[in-house]
Amino acid sequence: MQALHFLQALARIARAAPKPAHSARTRQIRHAAYASMAHSSRSSRRTWSRALLHRLRQRQRPGRLLTVRRRVRIVTPITSRPEEPARAETLRQLVPGGRGMEYCNLLEETADYVQCLRAQVQLMQTLLDAFSS
Amino acid sequence: MSSWRSRSRQSNSSRISEEQINDLVSKLQMILPETRIRNNDRVSSARVLQETCNYIKSLHREVDDLSERLAELLETTDMTSSQAAIIRSLLM
Repeated sequence: MQALHFLQALARIARAAPKPAHSARTRQIRHAAYASMAHSSRSSRRTWSRALLHRLRQRQRPGRLLTVRRRVRIVTPITSRPEEPARAETLRQLVPGGRGMEYCNLLEETADYVQCLRAQVQLMQTLLDAFSS
Repeated sequence: MSSWRSRSRQSNSSRISEEQINDLVSKLQMILPETRIRNNDRVSSARVLQETCNYIKSLHREVDDLSERLAELLETTDMTSSQAAIIRSLLM
């Protein structure tokens, strides 16, 4: 399902007229890649996938780019998590939605996110190879 | 590394056992590609997290790079019937 979603998005981007600039196309494809990851049936119940979709939708509304939204989050502040290894903080920044998670949830979500990310990369590489020959 | 372990042992309110955490960390280790420590049993969890961070960053860079190259591809070619056939076969 991840592949189908991405291919459909790619076809839409290809058909767009007038033809967008190269940088705009790159951005659209990148957006489609992350959207396909978040929409794949395996991941739609994951916290990272919801956080990613939320982030993608925020980027699509140009009018909101300049507003600063302060969300009140009822989570443990990052500075008071001494029971975690230091690297966990970097991981929280890399995995969508990672900041609000409990440590063990973060580990689970990371595993799922990595597998989905890798599948997307393999899909894009396969497409490039198929069309370049 | 050992200091944060002993602190979590003293915490009575922690419902997640250290064993559970270790299991999750080994699961993460198995997902890392072979070149990055997957087969090494004696790797610390700090190292696993470090390698995972590096791996995620490299995957993000690959998505950026592949998006750029796909954009180039879309620019230079129009969808021919052979490419449409490729897409159909990929979807089967």
